[in-house]
Amino acid sequence: MDKNMPSIPKRIGAIKFGLISPREIRKMSVTAVITADTYDDDGYPIDMGLMDLRLGVIDPGLKCKTCSSRAGECPGHFGHIELVAPVIHVGFNKMIRKTLRAICPKCSRLMLDAAKKADSLEQLAKLKKMGHLPNSHINEIYKEAAKTKTCPYCYDADGNPTKKTVIKFEKPVEYIENGDKLTPSEIRDRFENIPDEDVRVFGMDPDNARPEWMILTVLPVPPVTVRPSITLESGQRSEDDLTHKLVDIIRINQRFQENRDAGAPQLIIEDLWELLQYHVTTFFDNEVSGVPPARHRSGRPLKTLSQRLKGKEGRFRGSLSGKRVNFSARTVISPDPNLSINEVGVPLPIAKQMTIPVRIIERNIDLMRMYVARGKETYPGANYVIRVDERRIKVTDLNCEELAEKLEVGSTVERQLIDGDIVLFNRQPSLHKMSIMAHNIKVLPNKTFRLNPCVCPPYNADFDGDEMNMHVLQTEESRAEAKILMQVQENILSPRFGGPIIGGIHDHISGMFLLTRNEKFISKNGALELLRKADIRELPEPAGHNEDGAPYWNGKQIFSQILPKGLELEFPAKVCFQCETCKKGDCENDAYVVIKDGELIKGTIDENGIGAFKGLVLDKVVKEYGTTVGAKFIDDVTRLAIRGVMRTGLSFGIADEDVPPEAKIEINDVMDKAVEEVQDLIKAYEAKELEQLPGRTLAETIEMLIMQKLGKARDSTGQIAGNHLGLENSAVIMAKSGARGSMLNLTQMAACVGQQAVRGERIKRGYSQRTLPHFAKGDLAADAHGFVKASYKSGLNPTEYFFHAIGGREGLVDTAVRTSQSGYLQRRLVNALQDLEVQYDRSVRETRGVIVQFKYGEDGIDSTKSDYSKPEAVHRIVRAVTGKEVN
Amino acid sequence: MRKFSLLDHNSVPKHEIIQENEVKSLLDKYQIEKGQLPKIKQSDPVIKELGASVGDIAKITRNSQTAGESLYYRLVIDD
Ligand SMILES: [Mg+2]
Ligand SMILES: [Zn+2]
Ligand SMILES: [Zn+2]
Ligand SMILES: [Zn+2]
Repeated sequence: MDKNMPSIPKRIGAIKFGLISPREIRKMSVTAVITADTYDDDGYPIDMGLMDLRLGVIDPGLKCKTCSSRAGECPGHFGHIELVAPVIHVGFNKMIRKTLRAICPKCSRLMLDAAKKADSLEQLAKLKKMGHLPNSHINEIYKEAAKTKTCPYCYDADGNPTKKTVIKFEKPVEYIENGDKLTPSEIRDRFENIPDEDVRVFGMDPDNARPEWMILTVLPVPPVTVRPSITLESGQRSEDDLTHKLVDIIRINQRFQENRDAGAPQLIIEDLWELLQYHVTTFFDNEVSGVPPARHRSGRPLKTLSQRLKGKEGRFRGSLSGKRVNFSARTVISPDPNLSINEVGVPLPIAKQMTIPVRIIERNIDLMRMYVARGKETYPGANYVIRVDERRIKVTDLNCEELAEKLEVGSTVERQLIDGDIVLFNRQPSLHKMSIMAHNIKVLPNKTFRLNPCVCPPYNADFDGDEMNMHVLQTEESRAEAKILMQVQENILSPRFGGPIIGGIHDHISGMFLLTRNEKFISKNGALELLRKADIRELPEPAGHNEDGAPYWNGKQIFSQILPKGLELEFPAKVCFQCETCKKGDCENDAYVVIKDGELIKGTIDENGIGAFKGLVLDKVVKEYGTTVGAKFIDDVTRLAIRGVMRTGLSFGIADEDVPPEAKIEINDVMDKAVEEVQDLIKAYEAKELEQLPGRTLAETIEMLIMQKLGKARDSTGQIAGNHLGLENSAVIMAKSGARGSMLNLTQMAACVGQQAVRGERIKRGYSQRTLPHFAKGDLAADAHGFVKASYKSGLNPTEYFFHAIGGREGLVDTAVRTSQSGYLQRRLVNALQDLEVQYDRSVRETRGVIVQFKYGEDGIDSTKSDYSKPEAVHRIVRAVTGKEVN
Repeated sequence: MRKFSLLDHNSVPKHEIIQENEVKSLLDKYQIEKGQLPKIKQSDPVIKELGASVGDIAKITRNSQTAGESLYYRLVIDD
């Protein structure tokens, strides 16, 4: 076929699976292979050898004797080996066992009565019509037939129905009937006698799969193209593992033949037969349990057919589902808050290595000449030139000048990456669409990819050594598509919950919190320093003047500068104290955010304002002003917040967990009281005075009450610690603003670690009736069942430490199990759903056009475009347009 | 004999068998053959109660928090 002619895509009507028959093997074979040798002394393939020219060609210059094509064009052709005696195909050993056990040893009929067979055939037809798999039904048939004790169709010498024999199966290919080994020939004879009607009851189509074809009498020899030999540098030929295996098979086959013809004793024949079976078995699968793997001279196990297909590196998972790609790079990532979220910092060595093809037209020829003239060492240069005649020429220091000169319209230059080029950026595991996004590159020194920390949440990345991949797009179409659909700013809102998945994290949140809450007196210099990267041309009216008459601004004003004009928003901040009735704008904790016309009037900006997942200001800006303004806002927030956190300063050390002595006393009192109360509960329980809770036994009741009591005690110690530390403490700031950590973390560090639990219960395992040998049997006290009174700061005593390790391990096991399980679940879901597509009429259909949903999501809503489907959104629009309140 | 109707149950959405003309407009709207509709077995309790025959199309009206009401159609098939 002309290689320039486009191939016509064809629709696959059906795929039929079956067993290959000996007849078919011989029919498709171009030659019988009878000699175990490959090449003669001149290096020419031997006729009817394993490299016979009719099996295809791999040496350039030789012509295939079957199709007369040259190497590369000849697809290869099968040959065959006539086996002297039949052997079992290991791949079917279980199937052979099942079949042997289901048929009569004498007449070979399926051991079920006629009515049962008819019924089963009917069932099979029905399942086929419904498009269901017949597997479970067929297994039932096998099971039932195996249970039948006597043959319904034939009789033994005494005139009684033939009795079923017991067939023992010894892995991988031995079948023992009443103590005697069944030879493959015997098994094959039995299978041959199974009538076609019975084969159908097994769910097989006798035209495409007769059971006796599971026992090989002739072996197909794969084409040479499947097992090419390689010529080593020394000129020596090295054959493929499959060829080695085939050599073994042919040798034994020949010896077997000779011995049998010479009338060798039965013992020798049996040995040779077993040897032939071994070689054929390992030819198919060299990792069968119970069979020593065939090895290379060097001791390396051979890679035979199964090993080529199986596993991660196998044909399916390694070559078909996933492949290695060109134009990709991988390195460690690190943060750079000065980059835009749409950018990625690319190390110079990578930018010099990777290229984008540029087709030369009259308008860019001068520019491209400059790239080529610089060569590949002077950045930005070009690495390859593809001439009009499609020759690909490497740009070197020597030829760059000349190549630049000779450049003409129609040729292509592969130029190095420059700032602004669009690339795909990816971090595994790629669990959702935001795991691969398009970034504009920024070429930077050093060796890591740099990214704005705001894009960490969608990639689930951190900088403890994570690596990421970059793919350089090669066509205009792909670049356009990437820009429109995959650019980071187009993915700020996640379709999962309709809110921002990209936004402030950690220091951005503490920074904004400190800036908008505490910073009240910012001088002109300070204000300009904070805003210097934000494209602000003038400062607002100052909040006031100090004694010297110098103007000052507050943090809220500074933050307002990066808000888009006209933004209206009200919401409770993360620090909200959850008062009984919210005073909204009059909140005395400054925890209710009011934004009017792009001006932060009241409240603190924290996680609920600019955080990833929760940032309401972010959400509103993106939905109301579009993705470009949204991206700019996030960029400004990162830079302002980082400068904000540096202005106030935020540090955290072990001294930050210090609580004053009076708080320590208070905490100890609470703990002592709780432990005492637990003792009272236990006394009441032992005196059988405890009131049983509904639906629980007395033992469960006391457990629950103790857990509750201790839980409450821990919480109140936490509160004591929190109150004494106050909102000045950096841990409290981070917890309350939502930047990092929780009040529970702080409680555990400063006050009390609390109850350790396994499966939600106090720790009970260990010795009989006690967790450790130094506790009294049946002791229910807090410390005997994993209550840790100490804090991490004060340190745990040995028993506490031990219980903590128990509780901690459960968490680790949990995560390990959960990730593997959810990974598999995800795979299955994706496999089932990957071909579904939303059509232009908004219906969701699979590939055959069968409708799955009549409207996407049954409501046709794109969650990233809707304001959480709340009627308030409409009210707000009406208010904005008409100026009237609606309800 | 059952003394209650499944269709009265709060969690069972409204099922009805649609008329020939409505079938036609449905198939026209989505430009599909009957076979491309989602299926429901004739032995499905609700379908049994409606007494629908194979080839009928059931219209299912579901309550939706976001869309108010959402429509779904299923082709009744043999089981
Ligand atoms: Mg990491
Ligand atoms: Zn050929
Ligand atoms: Zn029999
Ligand atoms: Zn409040």
